Amino acid sequence: MIHEEISTDSRARRTLSGAARVLLALKVDGPLAVGLALTAAYGLVVLYSASAESTPMLVRTVLRLLLGIIIMLAVVRISPNLLRRASPWLYGLGIVLLLAVAAVGHVHLGAKRWLDLGPIHFQPSELMKLAVPMMCAWYLHERPLPPRWSDLGMLALIILAPVGLVAKEPDLGTAALITAAGAMVVFLAGLRARTLIALLLLALAAGAAGLRFMHGYQRERLLTFLNPEAHPLGAGYHIIQSQIAVGSGGLFGKGWMAGSQAQLDFLPERTTDFIFAVIGEEFGLLGLALLLLLYTFVIGRSIYLAMQCPDTFSRLLGGSVALTFFVYVFINAGMVTGLVPVVGVPLPLVSYGGSSVVTVLTGFGILMALYSHRKLMG
Amino acid sequence: MSPVRIKEHWREQRIFNRRAWFAGVLMLLAGLAVLGRLYYLQVVRQHYYEVLSIDNGVRTVPIPAARGLILDRNGEVIASNRPTFDLELTPDEVPDLHDELEHLVRLGLLQRTDLPQLIRAIDSRQRFDTVPIRLDLSAQEVARFAVRRYEFPGIDVSPRQARWYPFGKLAVAAVGYVGTISASELAHLNPAEYAGTAVIGQTGVEAAYEKDLHGTNGYRQILVDALGRPVRRPGALGKELHFKAPVPGDDVILSLDLKLQRLAEQLLKGQDGAVVALDPWTGDIIAMASSPGFDPNLFARGISEKQYEALVANPRLPLFNRALRAQLPSGSTIKPGLALGALTEGMVNPDKRIFAGSAWHLPGSGHLFHNAAHEVCGWVGLRMAIIMSCDVYFYRLAFKMGVDRIGAWLPNFGFGSPTGIDIPGELPGLAPTPSWMAKHYPHDRGWYPGDTVILGIGQGKFLTTPLQLAHYTGVLATRGLSFEPRLVTGLRNPRTHQIHWKRPILDGNLTMISPASWKVVIGAMVGVTTNRRGTAYWEMINSPYPIAGKTGTAQLTREQANEVGNEKTGPEKLRDDAWFIAFAPAQAPRIAVAVLVEHAGYGATGAAPIARKLMNAYLLGPNGKLLPAAPRGPYSEPRGIRPRVDAGVDPTLTPLQRAAEP
Repeated sequence: MIHEEISTDSRARRTLSGAARVLLALKVDGPLAVGLALTAAYGLVVLYSASAESTPMLVRTVLRLLLGIIIMLAVVRISPNLLRRASPWLYGLGIVLLLAVAAVGHVHLGAKRWLDLGPIHFQPSELMKLAVPMMCAWYLHERPLPPRWSDLGMLALIILAPVGLVAKEPDLGTAALITAAGAMVVFLAGLRARTLIALLLLALAAGAAGLRFMHGYQRERLLTFLNPEAHPLGAGYHIIQSQIAVGSGGLFGKGWMAGSQAQLDFLPERTTDFIFAVIGEEFGLLGLALLLLLYTFVIGRSIYLAMQCPDTFSRLLGGSVALTFFVYVFINAGMVTGLVPVVGVPLPLVSYGGSSVVTVLTGFGILMALYSHRKLMG
Repeated sequence: MSPVRIKEHWREQRIFNRRAWFAGVLMLLAGLAVLGRLYYLQVVRQHYYEVLSIDNGVRTVPIPAARGLILDRNGEVIASNRPTFDLELTPDEVPDLHDELEHLVRLGLLQRTDLPQLIRAIDSRQRFDTVPIRLDLSAQEVARFAVRRYEFPGIDVSPRQARWYPFGKLAVAAVGYVGTISASELAHLNPAEYAGTAVIGQTGVEAAYEKDLHGTNGYRQILVDALGRPVRRPGALGKELHFKAPVPGDDVILSLDLKLQRLAEQLLKGQDGAVVALDPWTGDIIAMASSPGFDPNLFARGISEKQYEALVANPRLPLFNRALRAQLPSGSTIKPGLALGALTEGMVNPDKRIFAGSAWHLPGSGHLFHNAAHEVCGWVGLRMAIIMSCDVYFYRLAFKMGVDRIGAWLPNFGFGSPTGIDIPGELPGLAPTPSWMAKHYPHDRGWYPGDTVILGIGQGKFLTTPLQLAHYTGVLATRGLSFEPRLVTGLRNPRTHQIHWKRPILDGNLTMISPASWKVVIGAMVGVTTNRRGTAYWEMINSPYPIAGKTGTAQLTREQANEVGNEKTGPEKLRDDAWFIAFAPAQAPRIAVAVLVEHAGYGATGAAPIARKLMNAYLLGPNGKLLPAAPRGPYSEPRGIRPRVDAGVDPTLTPLQRAAEP
């Protein structure tokens, strides 16, 4: 049979089926891998322009992508059972590291986020982006769904302990993302609608109260978001300039490397948090729509994969990976276009720098692992 | 306690699937919200943001137009431009204005006394406009700044075309000067037209023809990054940048003859006074001098507070333009005009002789009005009264005419109101015209007969300027034609060298004066210089051409130019002012002159020699013979100027190109 297939198929199909077999052997999901690859490639094209043709930045990004892929390929091989059993340990390690940051962390740009590990600076909060949803899924795995009030209390503790530590660093963006990742697990576990609404209201009230305890620049960001023109050269500068960049791009954009906002430094953080605006300026609405389409595909495929998983832990964790990825995209796009306040959230797979690429790819590696090992589970 | 719950696999799968779908719908909605926002920004408001983005990165750098040259009637350049280096400041890029200016003071590049004014000027400009803060640096100063340039963000040395008056103070009374644009001037200017321009015409022709001289600034758009630094290689961003070449200002051609002007200023040297010489058939001013005068280059290169105060404090008032603004009694120079009035009104029989003693007794009072030196005129008619300037005769005449007739007659010669010369600053003098009388002496209350009597010798409530007297002399010379005095005869396009000539403006013709009256009066004025009893006989003796003249010796209570009629507060007696007016050749005049020398005593000795030397220089050839009359009628353009004049600097070059020239 195999011989017949080879003899009847075209060369192109042989190559494709060959690639499929390789992916299968690697336990990688083909469509998702293609979606991620296309997004990352698009990101590299944009980064080349946004960084003013900086080859070193491009090389570093490619190296990070490779590191992310290697970790992803490694993670894919881990069985879901092992992942589940490792969850509390990982979570505990994360908490210890966060406490270490608070004690002996490396201060950079006024924030204490890094652990100085010789050659590399490690951000334990990145680990928590994965460890918190894993812990939540682990906790709910043992219990009947939907969770009860006592379970919710416990989950709140699991989520808010690391979030509190991260927010104190201070790193509000990451704290929000960790909260979101944990909350997604709880949401997918099936809260009743009224419980959900009650929780949302509670979060809103907590947010309003939290405003009082915010750092000056954090509160300023929020207030600036509400009225950017009040500080055209101060805190509102980011928002105004990014909207000018996006808006002036129009339908088709000004062309690759021809965006004046980006190329003349008017757009702040143009390779990192505001790279979305570079795409908008240089490739226009069509370029952004293409990017959103890629993201939609990645998220849709991820949710599909999560739905195929047989056990609660896998489903909840997989679903959380997909939804958290969405939150990244939405917050970043919303921030750049002025829909949400300026929060330091990178555009996944496109923004330059940090350990975000590695974290994201590790997350997808976990998702693929959960999916590809589904038949081995009972 | 709640009932024991067990995990139900299918139920949990169902819950998860429902949640996943629900989340999917929510995410799609959120995605649509983002798309909607993008549609709003990139399609609905695209134009708005495009304008903002262009505004961000494109800076318009003005290219100042080259200021037009000022030429005399022979094409000699009186005002030109020369490349200099200025210190310029861009407020937007200066972190601490006061600190940097203080630092410049310590470097000796600015004077501390100039700081307040400078800061005001800077504050009145737009933040991103460059403001000149110090003009015309010397080579050493440029070097001193250059080595410390990094300490002065936002301040730079820039080459510029500066106004340059190659002959210094020569003709400054007519040409005026340019000076730094003050904050109050800036308020009345279109800032776009003066962006990148440091100076503006302040007085004289420079001010009156500012619009023509200034030209139209051009601009160049450059790309700047967010820090305001120019982008050297704009690449794809550079193709939309605009450039507009500046249009240089028109060259202004004056009626002045620099040869005569130079002579006039030389003759006045060391004295306070003024000379105005004009062509009576056009009103073209051939020479206009005010002594002592000042060097306009001081202002063009940015006068310091100290230098300015020194000029203002000088008791000889160098900044005071006597030609236009010295309002003084005319003395006896008024007599020919009064005589014409009396003849035309039938108030005098020119042939009737009267005996004039050393003084005249005002009927009905005890007042005696004396001749200048108490001399006795003897039996004189109108002719001889003018020739020997017999005051007693004119006391009588003025009394007979009365202030009403005199006041109504004087404006015919342009007294009591500005002549309308084409530069600003002229003062109107004073004549007791009916309207003026009605205002200051209603129903003649407070006006005494004696006030009328002294009008007959150009004293009392009669003040005139040298310009007005020159204009009056011109009217006498042409037998009644009154032309508006003017300095500018034409504008020349610096590129095509085409000249647009201006027509002279005839603003009056005294046709009511009979030829017989003209004959009597002009004959008498010739007598002043040719009759042995003429007051200027010895000064004008042996002239190769006939001269009609009149001396004037004005006794005055010194009054400030603007405080006319305040006689009682200014009793300080000074030496008499000397006047002389003349035109020549008497029968076919080509030049009319008025000379004022303050405190020089008699008009004949103090002022007449100056007038004679000027007329000689204008009318006589090198062989001492009268030059043939120029082949032109009253309305032709000045001779001498050729369509092409070597202006020293090629006016078609841009300022930067000119600056680059050695």
